[in-house]
Amino acid sequence: MTTEASVEAAAMGDASGRPLLVARAVTKAFEGLIANRDIDFEIPRHSIVSIIGPNGAGKTTFFNQLSGVYHPTSGTIVFEGTDISHTPPHEVAGLGVARTYQNIRLFQNMTVLANVMVGRHVRMHGQWYGAIARMAGIRAEEAEAERRAFGLLELVGLARSTSSELARNLPYGDQRRLEVARALASDPKLLLLDEPTAGMNPGETKQMTDFIARLQRDLQLTVLLIEHDMKVVMGVSERITVLDYGEKIAEGTPAEIRANPRVIEAYLGKQATA
Amino acid sequence: MTHALELVDIHTYYGKIHALKGVSMTVDPGEVVTLIGSNGAGKSTTLRTISAITHAREGKVLFNGVEIQAEKPHAVVGMGIAQAPEGRHVFTRMTVYENLQMGAFSRSGDIADDVARVYDLFPRLKERRAQRAGTLSGGEQQMLAIGRALMAKPTLLLLDEPSMGLSPILTEQIFQIIRDINGQGTTVLLVEQNAQMAFNVAHRGYVLQTGQIILANTAANLAADPQVRQAYLGEI
Ligand SMILES: Nc1ncnc2c1ncn2[C@@H]1O[C@H](COP(=O)(O)OP(=O)(O)OP(=O)(O)O)[C@@H](O)[C@H]1O
Ligand SMILES: Nc1ncnc2c1ncn2[C@@H]1O[C@H](COP(=O)(O)OP(=O)(O)OP(=O)(O)O)[C@@H](O)[C@H]1O
Ligand SMILES: [Mg+2]
Ligand SMILES: [Mg+2]
Repeated sequence: MTTEASVEAAAMGDASGRPLLVARAVTKAFEGLIANRDIDFEIPRHSIVSIIGPNGAGKTTFFNQLSGVYHPTSGTIVFEGTDISHTPPHEVAGLGVARTYQNIRLFQNMTVLANVMVGRHVRMHGQWYGAIARMAGIRAEEAEAERRAFGLLELVGLARSTSSELARNLPYGDQRRLEVARALASDPKLLLLDEPTAGMNPGETKQMTDFIARLQRDLQLTVLLIEHDMKVVMGVSERITVLDYGEKIAEGTPAEIRANPRVIEAYLGKQATA
Repeated sequence: MTHALELVDIHTYYGKIHALKGVSMTVDPGEVVTLIGSNGAGKSTTLRTISAITHAREGKVLFNGVEIQAEKPHAVVGMGIAQAPEGRHVFTRMTVYENLQMGAFSRSGDIADDVARVYDLFPRLKERRAQRAGTLSGGEQQMLAIGRALMAKPTLLLLDEPSMGLSPILTEQIFQIIRDINGQGTTVLLVEQNAQMAFNVAHRGYVLQTGQIILANTAANLAADPQVRQAYLGEI
């Protein structure tokens, strides 16, 4: 398929097996450095796909463009038929893209519960949120939001007793869980997870892996994952894209990627054969 | 023999939260000792108590036999204890090079050789020496946090999850670096989620559970312990 044809197809936004997100020839230049070069990438609906690659390969930079935090120097990103290449982050969130951050970004001095409730408000941002907030119905709405927030905490495996803790007092692994709960609160179609299991031990990592699989299976979410833990990546991904020095060097199923000499050389190392 | 580090019945609180409930442990000169445990077990709190960033309400921290609980964090660094904290915490507005300089604040003398050594270990940091640390990738920040701790030339190095966010190849390298540093005489206390790798590099280990040491043994014995294998090595 040619570039224009597939962008157009995505732009039509039909729900019939077309990718949820299509990136074409995305390039991001920083001063003196090309962090992403000419990247073509698609996320099929209801799939779990992963991006892997060495430290500094450009994975988070790519994420930042999908979520509107950065904008491509050139190239296009189309989400459900809408070109979001130059759309600000809160509008991208409003369209249904939610994310977590590699360096945890919680409201450290707010409670755990409040962090999740704030996540919900992302979707209400913009002109009409203020209006809604002034309406009498706000209490019922808040009560419902709170009920939902408790549900999300449970879903990610945070004890109810932690809900009134300040976020900064949680151990690192639990802060990661909270980030996921907050992202889910906006009710996204596409969830971007940047190293969700960093700082977790193998048992906890397994739980998170199962959880990610459930998001797709039970909640029909589409998930894009960045991870350095190959057990996680190989376990849940339908497809894997590999970046190295800002370029896509491989793409395929877990089995294909695991056996790819270039990926072993650049990224996996000995572990691949272990 | 005097231990390099000895914790005697340490109790640390955060307000009403009793995070460490009588932790006692030792690290001998030249050892690599690992501390493992689940999220929230108190591993980082233990390291922060040693660094005097958090103070224990009860108990003693002895460094080469000298009580250091009442010291200020920078004084503890000056005595020869450096920590690479969890979650990186580099100085985001400073350049890579300035961060490394900061790591050496506690000592006098020329730092050029030591900067060169860190650049040797992490060539990426050399490439990016003039980049502001806040714009480094996650893994690059991790390299910088470790490099900065090394700049203090500590006799006791505290590492809080050094492999976090590093690629598989760099994770292998980090453990090799720990071996090398230890081979050159630095004593290491290592907190890791990657327990298997930690047991491979450590001489001894402790398992912490909800603020208490529940197991202490050689690394080899811990690695073979069924309870440890199930809880921390992800085996069923
Ligand atoms: N604002 C910026 N200015 C200059 N360089 C930047 C900026 N942001 C990122 N970089 C550089 O771009 C490269 C790609 O960074 P990115 O964060 O995307 O890497 P990554 O693949 O996510 O790596 P990691 O696995 O370590 O998280 C890195 O070398 C980084 O230092
Ligand atoms: N600043 C703080 N204020 C209040 N409670 C805290 C604070 N820091 C940690 N705690 C609590 O102390 C306990 C121990 O936390 P600590 O961060 O030491 O755990 P950890 O073993 O390092 O966990 P992780 O593997 O997630 O890093 C936890 O219950 C945590 O919630
Ligand atoms: Mg990254
Ligand atoms: Mg910790």
